[in-house]
Amino acid sequence: MSKLGKITRRAFLVGSVAVAGGVAFGLYQVNKAVPNPLHPQTGTTLNPFLIIDAEGVTIVTGRAEMGQGAQTTLAACLAEELDVDWSSVRVLHGPASAAYFNGGLLEGAFPGPDYARPGWQRSLAETIGVVARPLKLQLTGGSTSIRDGFERLRMAGASARETLKAAAAQRLGVAVSTLETRAGVVIAADGTRLSYADLAQAAAAMDPVQADLRPASEWRLLGTALPRPDIPAKTDGTATFGIDTRLPGMKFASVRRSPRLGGTMQGFDPAPAMAIPGVERVIDIGDGVAVVARNTWAAIQGAQAVTCDWGPAPYPADDAGIAQRLQAAFDDSPDSTLRDDGDADSATGDMMIEAEYTVPYLAHATMEPMNATALFDGDTLELWSPNQGPFIQARAAAEAAGIDAANVTVHTTFLGGGFGRRIESDYASVAARVARAMPGTPVNVTWSREEDMTHDFYRPAAIARMKGAVSGGQAVLFDARIASPGLMGQAGGRMMGLPMAGADSAIVEGGYDQPYAIPNYRVRGYKADLAVPVGFWRSVGASHNGFTHESFIDELAHAAGQDPLAFRLAMARPESAAAAGVLEAVRDMSGWDAPKAPGTGRGVAMVWSFGTPVAQVIEVRDEGGAIRIARAWIAADVGIPLDPGILAAQMEGGMLFGLSAAVHGRITFADGMVQQQNFPDYDAIRMSGAPVTDVRLLSSNPHIGGAGEPGTPPAAPALANALFDLTGTRARSLPLAGQFSFVL
Amino acid sequence: MTRLTINGQPHDIDAPDDTPLLWVLRDELGMTGTKYGCGVAACGACTVHIDGEAVRSCQVALADVWGSVTTIEGLAPHALQEAWVRHQVPQCGYCQSGQIMQAAALLAENPDPTDDDIDTAMAGNLCRCGTYSRIRAAIHDAATTLREGTQ
Repeated sequence: MSKLGKITRRAFLVGSVAVAGGVAFGLYQVNKAVPNPLHPQTGTTLNPFLIIDAEGVTIVTGRAEMGQGAQTTLAACLAEELDVDWSSVRVLHGPASAAYFNGGLLEGAFPGPDYARPGWQRSLAETIGVVARPLKLQLTGGSTSIRDGFERLRMAGASARETLKAAAAQRLGVAVSTLETRAGVVIAADGTRLSYADLAQAAAAMDPVQADLRPASEWRLLGTALPRPDIPAKTDGTATFGIDTRLPGMKFASVRRSPRLGGTMQGFDPAPAMAIPGVERVIDIGDGVAVVARNTWAAIQGAQAVTCDWGPAPYPADDAGIAQRLQAAFDDSPDSTLRDDGDADSATGDMMIEAEYTVPYLAHATMEPMNATALFDGDTLELWSPNQGPFIQARAAAEAAGIDAANVTVHTTFLGGGFGRRIESDYASVAARVARAMPGTPVNVTWSREEDMTHDFYRPAAIARMKGAVSGGQAVLFDARIASPGLMGQAGGRMMGLPMAGADSAIVEGGYDQPYAIPNYRVRGYKADLAVPVGFWRSVGASHNGFTHESFIDELAHAAGQDPLAFRLAMARPESAAAAGVLEAVRDMSGWDAPKAPGTGRGVAMVWSFGTPVAQVIEVRDEGGAIRIARAWIAADVGIPLDPGILAAQMEGGMLFGLSAAVHGRITFADGMVQQQNFPDYDAIRMSGAPVTDVRLLSSNPHIGGAGEPGTPPAAPALANALFDLTGTRARSLPLAGQFSFVL
Repeated sequence: MTRLTINGQPHDIDAPDDTPLLWVLRDELGMTGTKYGCGVAACGACTVHIDGEAVRSCQVALADVWGSVTTIEGLAPHALQEAWVRHQVPQCGYCQSGQIMQAAALLAENPDPTDDDIDTAMAGNLCRCGTYSRIRAAIHDAATTLREGTQ
């Protein structure tokens, strides 16, 4: 086990924000029971996660469904203990409530690598996790849903089951110990059967019974690939996304806001928009205009037609100026040194190498463009929104409408993709501003794809300067300096209204926390002064540090004359059996040690992020001068694979998200404006360019890991390393499409 | 007033002639199964059938609709939808109406497509979640079901 990086006073403040919050609220607030927010019209609720009626059970998860399947697995956790047929389970997001706090977010607040996290930190994280309740941290993000809910949802199910049994025992006049439960029914020793629906009202009147959790050996649902309850509606057009919200008397609107992000609107002329058939009204929303119309098409046309006078951007106007700011960050003292093993300044080896890597800003480009529907009545506001954080939405909408957040009701719809974009609340604020101007009329405010792509909170650009040394076939020095604007400072204030002091771990995560034993190993972050809006993009810092770290590890392997996979394995074994395990798995799956076919190249990468080590091998093939991304093998270790079907889908989908960015993704600026407008200039991997993929799930990780994000970081370096293997050209910048010719 | 036949039903639509069919369906008629993704025929989320042909409804003006329209709401029950459930294809699900409509047009024309046939037919349909391998498997599966059903 290597030494953990120096945890400086400043660095610790990242975690301390939450700790201090808990102290401020006091123990009473933290331990106070949250009232059950559910008030079903039919059926009976036993706790905030469960409604029982004659048709079956509704499990309320409080987590958004954006494709990742968390609602299904959370519901399975509860259903496992409750003893109900999976076919009788319905799943809902439910209301915004402190009952659905996400304590899992706080585990990641400690600086230091997850793979080496000491037990005391995990215990403390669980303990302070409850401060997420008064803080109303109801968020779907950070790959935390299952890590947070695995125990809580099972406890809710076990408690409900035992309480239903207690109600049955009372009614039948028998001892609880003589009762069994099966498929939504309590069965007495004499064969008498009482359905949960019959017992629910009596059980709801009793004090909830606490119950032990079943051992994994008794699970019937968890550990199997369950059919997702949301899928049938996603095959017949009936699934309702935010954009599909339809209300009586509803108007459609679209927006046009300053293309210089954060800039002002100095004036506008609505006349050209009003001349378009179907356009009814142009509303000044401060930093832009909204156009209200009979349908979204007329609204989008109208928004494009408004003549606007935009102020300057609060950041350098073009890519060259932005790059200068990134480079200049290296002149400052480091923002963080979260890993510092050995003595990086004086370490030398047989061969020293240096390299500089650059990665661009990236857009989220969810398939469903940003939208929200709002209805304002003068005092209260109702919001229908595809979102990852309902309290964040409520705060933003309330501020925009000039009311208290308690007077905002948020309905969380299905999300047509999230990827971190919908943890932001700008689109809720915009909808509330429009609704405020038309009290009593619900308005669906849908952004055009162009408005969506040019008004994102982008994955930050970054530059990584790497220095390394090898001796005797081994890495003896890995010294990384990473410059990036980071995002905690921007995002913390935007979302929580909390000042975020201290080091920005997003600049270095996925780089400083990797499970490799290297005697001299240092990772320093440098914060660039750039006001381009940045946000959480699937896998956050690991999305770029995975690329730069794992590409440079590859460079070191070649400098050492070693096989890149064996080189990694030798460094991973002393640090983490789980990390070594995923490398061994992709070695075996891909036939790594067998001779390659002529005209093919293979690359490997392994990144530990969000609690999960993931290794990928990608094989590329030369097809007459163009390169096909032909095959991929993925091994992931989430500890307990609770739903292998969903996990495999997340790993493959996460990889494709990473490959899309690696091949195509680039947001650039000119005249202060984002240049990419739509999918033709911000494309993604399509079916014809996607590799045939195999996924293997391992279970040696001692802790449950995340699933939504960890598949993304290894994709870009595995591809770049494969391209080097095939062509001898090392890609040190992204995207790759301009540097290599692909079959897509 | 323009009369369209959608999913076998006549609809009289009072909207400007240049309104794209996509927005007629979604906003004028409230049929929201057909999705808006890009508005420039680059993502396939808005795919519907006109006289059985897969078209991007964001690119067809109301006045230019040349035949009877089928949307995802009118496709059921189709072997593809059952295969989509069997293979647990959708993640977020937003692109899947378009994927299924595109695949249905493919199978109507080619009852036994190869992987290459599927890739070619489906390359215009973007999925940001990355469900392609399951889409491909589900199309093969549905093709088998349909061929066996017609024997």
